[in-house]
Amino acid sequence: MAENKMTSQVKGSAPEQNERPSFEAKELLRKRVLSLQPDLSVFEPASEKDKAQQEVMRPSSTFLKDGIKNFRKNKLAMSMFFILMALIILIFLTPYINPYGYDEVIRINGRRDKSLANLGPLQWSKMEQKEIDQGVKLYPHLFGTDSVGRDYYVRCMVGTKISLGVGFFASLIVLVIGLIYGSVAGYLGGKVDLIMMRIVDIIYALPDTLIIILLSVVLREVLKDKIQGTIFATVGTNMLSLFIVFGLLYWVGMARLVRGQILTLREMDFVMAAESIGANKRRIIRRHVLPNCISVIIISTALQIPSAIFTESFLSFLGLGVAVPTPSLGSLANDARESIQSYPHKLVFPSILICLLVLSLNIIGDGLRDAFDPKLRK
Amino acid sequence: MWSYIVKRVLLALLTVFIVIAITFFTMHAIPGGPFNKEKASTPAVKAVLESRFNLDKPVGEQFLLYMENAFLKGDFGISTKNGREISETMKNTFGISAKLGGMSAAVALISGTVFGVIAALYRNRWPDRLIIFLTTFFVSVPSFVLATMLLLIFCLKLGWFPVFRAGDPSYVLPVLSLSMYPAAYITRLTKSSMLDVLGEDYIRTARAKGVSSKSVLFKHALRNAILPVITYLGPMLAYTLTGSMVVETVFSIGGMGREFVQGILNRDYSMIMGCTVFLACLMVVMNLICDIVYKFVDPRIDFS
Repeated sequence: MAENKMTSQVKGSAPEQNERPSFEAKELLRKRVLSLQPDLSVFEPASEKDKAQQEVMRPSSTFLKDGIKNFRKNKLAMSMFFILMALIILIFLTPYINPYGYDEVIRINGRRDKSLANLGPLQWSKMEQKEIDQGVKLYPHLFGTDSVGRDYYVRCMVGTKISLGVGFFASLIVLVIGLIYGSVAGYLGGKVDLIMMRIVDIIYALPDTLIIILLSVVLREVLKDKIQGTIFATVGTNMLSLFIVFGLLYWVGMARLVRGQILTLREMDFVMAAESIGANKRRIIRRHVLPNCISVIIISTALQIPSAIFTESFLSFLGLGVAVPTPSLGSLANDARESIQSYPHKLVFPSILICLLVLSLNIIGDGLRDAFDPKLRK
Repeated sequence: MWSYIVKRVLLALLTVFIVIAITFFTMHAIPGGPFNKEKASTPAVKAVLESRFNLDKPVGEQFLLYMENAFLKGDFGISTKNGREISETMKNTFGISAKLGGMSAAVALISGTVFGVIAALYRNRWPDRLIIFLTTFFVSVPSFVLATMLLLIFCLKLGWFPVFRAGDPSYVLPVLSLSMYPAAYITRLTKSSMLDVLGEDYIRTARAKGVSSKSVLFKHALRNAILPVITYLGPMLAYTLTGSMVVETVFSIGGMGREFVQGILNRDYSMIMGCTVFLACLMVVMNLICDIVYKFVDPRIDFS
């Protein structure tokens, strides 16, 4: 019944579609009774209504949009993200709002004030109090001052910036070296891969923290004279040695990850499917391999940041971190240890900041992993 | 199986060799010998000292001599700062560090397993959420922050523990600050492996047979779920050893970690070298043992 109707429709619409004679039922091959050949007369050009049905109702979602949407649903990760953003904005606004420098010993009218050292949060020194009584407006010491009379809030904020920067750059170094090494090993394969991965195995087995301590001790002495006058001198030997150590040791995990991703993705069915329909190599890499491994790589890089901050603060705590006038959260906490009994707030502020920083980065990293890893999705 | 063990042992030996080589040659890259800064030494005294410590020989020979002394005689030379035998200092202080590390590891293992199982059994209910929040928190707190905060709160503010007790230090707070991170890690590990195991067919079979839920939990699930924790023992040891440097310094416990930190602060190069070599060998050997034990304990792993 339905078949008859369709055939008649085709016949009926035939005169109007003279420009497409191939659809005219008359010219189609006749179907023999027991033949398996499809009856071409039942096929007809789609009407506008049919075409409209094929249109996608919802705009297609890209991988990135999908991930961001999933991430937004994670309330904890989102709130941590906002806290981190607020902290970063605070760090960059501090030099414009707060009049004190991080290495500036505060003077009142050009004279040093002995009572200015070791102030508690929001306290004033004697000379400052006099100034205020005379009607001069001063900016409060939000976190108090340190033992030589530097504003502690500014030092904490700069310390956070340094710690965050160290974490970020160290992860970037790890990402670049690991990505290049891992993809070379993964693509070349065979003997090259075997040798490269044995090297990774050996570096992986080295006790990293001990080697870091050792290299920090040594590089500080070795680099001290060599970098004089170059741009590296501004970074400081300790930070430089920290980056060198990260570049030497910490990339192995990333290299293994990248190589593993490339090896598994190369064998995936969808890559074969793309190859079989004639997609070229560039398209396969851009559309299939990269989107599938980039999230894993980025997330692993993001999770590297807190671990780098951990290492930096650990080294700073041992006295091997950033050079002296520059604060980092670890060195601030270490300095505060001497006066823990009298001025506990000097320990509390950097400790809270470092916990907040690492906690938020960890939770954001976990949230990103949950949002972008399709294998974990339910 | 045996080829696997031989392979692992060879890799461990190579690692130990590389660690010693890195330690030795980087230390020798530091400009100026250890006796250059002593004010009193005349060139003659310096020459005697250098020949006593083989510093007048070529670097390669010194390296071989160092290896020979370190491994055959257990002699790591003497401290360039206070002149004491390093092996003697290590012997005196390692026991304290080992005690601290051992207790922390035990606390971490027990509490981690217990909380991991609880989190898995109460999945997505409040005990699980609370435990996972706490583990996320404790994984994010550096050991020195935790140690100094505990010192501040329990020793100085509340006065529950003495700040410093010579000879017989109180281990409660140091162990607590050293075991939190590994405990949190083990909790997560146990939880995820417990969830995997609870979904297995043999658990359903055991339940279907009418085995009591207590027996299912302890005999069928926990035994299998605890296996991945073995792989974490090696990294946990590494964490405990490096963490004990910080914790011993904060709580003024005279262990090996504190000696190491003192060596770093004093630029005592032979002390740094001795400690690095010793601790690195310890870590590599422990990792080796863990790997081999894991293969023995879990028969499902193939040895190819």
